[in-house]
Amino acid sequence: METRIERVLLQLIAPVVAIFFAALLAAAILHFTGADAGSVLGEVVAFGTTPASLVAVVNKATTFYLAGIAGAIGFRMLLFNIGIDGQYRLAVFFAAVVGASVSLPPVLHVTLIIVVAMAVGAGWAALAGYIKVTRGVSEVISTIMLNAVATGIIAYLLAPGRLAERAAGSNNIRTTPIPPSGWFPGFEVAGKEVFGFTLVAAALGIGFWILLNRTRFGFELRASGLSLRAAAVSGVNSKRMIFVTMVMSGAMAGLVGIPQLLGSSHQYGLDFPAGFGFTGLAIAILGRNHPLGVAFGALLWAWLERSSQILDLLGVSREIVTIMQATIVLSVVVAYEVVRRVNVRRQQKLVGRSEHVGIENGATA
Amino acid sequence: MSAVTEPRTTRSVWGRWWVRVLLALLLLSAVADIANTPDLLSRGAVSASLRFAVPIVLAGLGGLWAERCGVINIGLEGMMIIGTWMGAWAGFQWSPWVGVLAAVAGGAVFGAFHALMTVSFGVDQAVSGIAINVAALGLGRFLSSIFFEGQPGGGISQSPHVGQIGNVSVPGLAEALDPIASLETPVISDIAEIVIGVTTGVSLLTILAAALVFLSWWVLFRTSFGLRLRACGENPAAADSLGVNPNRMRYAALTVSGALAGLGGAFLVTVASSIYREGQVAGRGFIGLATVIFGNWMPGRLTIGALLFGFTDALRTRQETTMTALLIVGAVVFAFLTVRAIRARNRGATFAYAIAAVGLGWWFLGFGVVPSEFVGFAPHLTTLLVLSLAHQRIRPPQGIGVPYRRSEAN
Repeated sequence: METRIERVLLQLIAPVVAIFFAALLAAAILHFTGADAGSVLGEVVAFGTTPASLVAVVNKATTFYLAGIAGAIGFRMLLFNIGIDGQYRLAVFFAAVVGASVSLPPVLHVTLIIVVAMAVGAGWAALAGYIKVTRGVSEVISTIMLNAVATGIIAYLLAPGRLAERAAGSNNIRTTPIPPSGWFPGFEVAGKEVFGFTLVAAALGIGFWILLNRTRFGFELRASGLSLRAAAVSGVNSKRMIFVTMVMSGAMAGLVGIPQLLGSSHQYGLDFPAGFGFTGLAIAILGRNHPLGVAFGALLWAWLERSSQILDLLGVSREIVTIMQATIVLSVVVAYEVVRRVNVRRQQKLVGRSEHVGIENGATA
Repeated sequence: MSAVTEPRTTRSVWGRWWVRVLLALLLLSAVADIANTPDLLSRGAVSASLRFAVPIVLAGLGGLWAERCGVINIGLEGMMIIGTWMGAWAGFQWSPWVGVLAAVAGGAVFGAFHALMTVSFGVDQAVSGIAINVAALGLGRFLSSIFFEGQPGGGISQSPHVGQIGNVSVPGLAEALDPIASLETPVISDIAEIVIGVTTGVSLLTILAAALVFLSWWVLFRTSFGLRLRACGENPAAADSLGVNPNRMRYAALTVSGALAGLGGAFLVTVASSIYREGQVAGRGFIGLATVIFGNWMPGRLTIGALLFGFTDALRTRQETTMTALLIVGAVVFAFLTVRAIRARNRGATFAYAIAAVGLGWWFLGFGVVPSEFVGFAPHLTTLLVLSLAHQRIRPPQGIGVPYRRSEAN
């Protein structure tokens, strides 16, 4: 009937088609703006595969991966955690503040920073989870609002004389740097440093897979995600599930800024990257909420962002990559849907044929 | 989630809208006196609030049209961005009015695209909206690099100068009311100030927006087309069984939704400023979504919500001291809500409202200053509070967010 390989292939068709379609669209846009699409794409690939680029891609992908997993945890429960952005910024800000204000032995220091980040992210998401289960407020709206509140709180606290200081010789306002005992050591590949936290992120991905597929909680989560009502009828406390999922998603979101904080910047400032919320959701969608798929999506996203840096030198605006990313997300979802419909039709045919055969066999016997 | 509407008993005088408006005026006027912030109800503050509120109203109407037909439009923000870009692009070459038309067309195209994705391709509504927001950001910059860079004043993040849409005033009214306004009699002078603010130097687009609020109400609630559209938002299968095609309706509703958001973008370019600038929309699309809920999916109340948001926005940009006056307003409003919650025997709400009232009052007496960063999220926080505390009165369309497929392989 249907082999495992066939099933995996069917799953892979969608992303491949989507990437191909997005590349085609980008080429078309390049062509219409008068650039030589072939040579531009060639340059981009050449730049994107240099060792320095690949290391930068892995580092960036680590951040994206954590955001993607945070999104995926919510999606598994049909929750849209649009608040990843706010949760992560608030978390990394307070983690930076706490990390700079204590002195602890190395391992303990890093652990404390990570715990603070997870706790803040989880707490901020818990607000949305709480009003969802008690008052039925859609998490889509509440997390959008909480993002704005988080922005205001950080803007207030990140000021000289409050929890931040002006960096010497620049316009940047930042928290006090974390002492080296609170740094997460990286490792060198091809002369460039890879964030050590990459390994933690990978471990978290494996943990997410085990949680989903090998625990009772994961089973209940997947069941609720498929049908909240059916799961509730078979004894799953859906309110508790929603709340716990939201908190877990927030805790993961709290970690999004940690690779950068512990690995390279060691402080939170105005120049700290933001806006990973939607990226995380997009990557989760791309990877179908599967840890491996999300890893693939994060790497692709990071690679596109990194290799697009060459575009400015070629006289092409690099925002074409943003358009490509949006195209990939939409076309991958459309492709998944088409594949699903084709698959349903194919199975109906298969079932029909086997029944037909069965009847014929019965008649001849 | 079935909200039962209670039968209306005879309304007390406190329920009348004009009584409430008068009470609100009295409160604001008294506060302006106590906190010594005459700017609170000045004509300048009023017309600034109006200017800040219009894009939010238009985004809110866009959200209303989509959600009444059962589709959440998170892409409003992106459609507004497209509106600002299109408005500037056509506006600087031809005229601001052509810009407005282009913005509406651009928004409508993206609205229809949202329909194509969610209705025809079965893409999740939030996913499609997010993708539109991401794409609009990239498109704005990318297209600017092609069309605006090299033009005088233009660049990758901003457009050349765009002309402004004209203003109109009711002739003679300001002069006639000025003596009353300068009397400094409480309430009456304030009303005069407000009337002057609302009738002097009003942009034609503001008038158009006001007309669209009324038109949306009329189309959605007084025509058979609107009834059918709303039916598709409540129960698409039932609508389908009665011969209304929900898919076609959703295409129509989302096209209108996008067009309204695009118009909101055009307002930002041709009235609120005279240029396209990156990041100009600044979350107004999301605020628009919030006003839909705030307004309980009704155009009139949605507009009041947008005006409140516009009011806080305007005060923030005008005078920081004025914000302290709002602390008293907040404290009084929450005290009133506390009393109401006690009467309704809602212990949780009583507790929350009382804390808010005491907290705001204490803040005013103790510090007397509101950091402008906090004012920035006041509308968002208010939305959260309203959502979580007054939720039993809120009734969203029942079919919202649920994809509808006509007996497809499923």
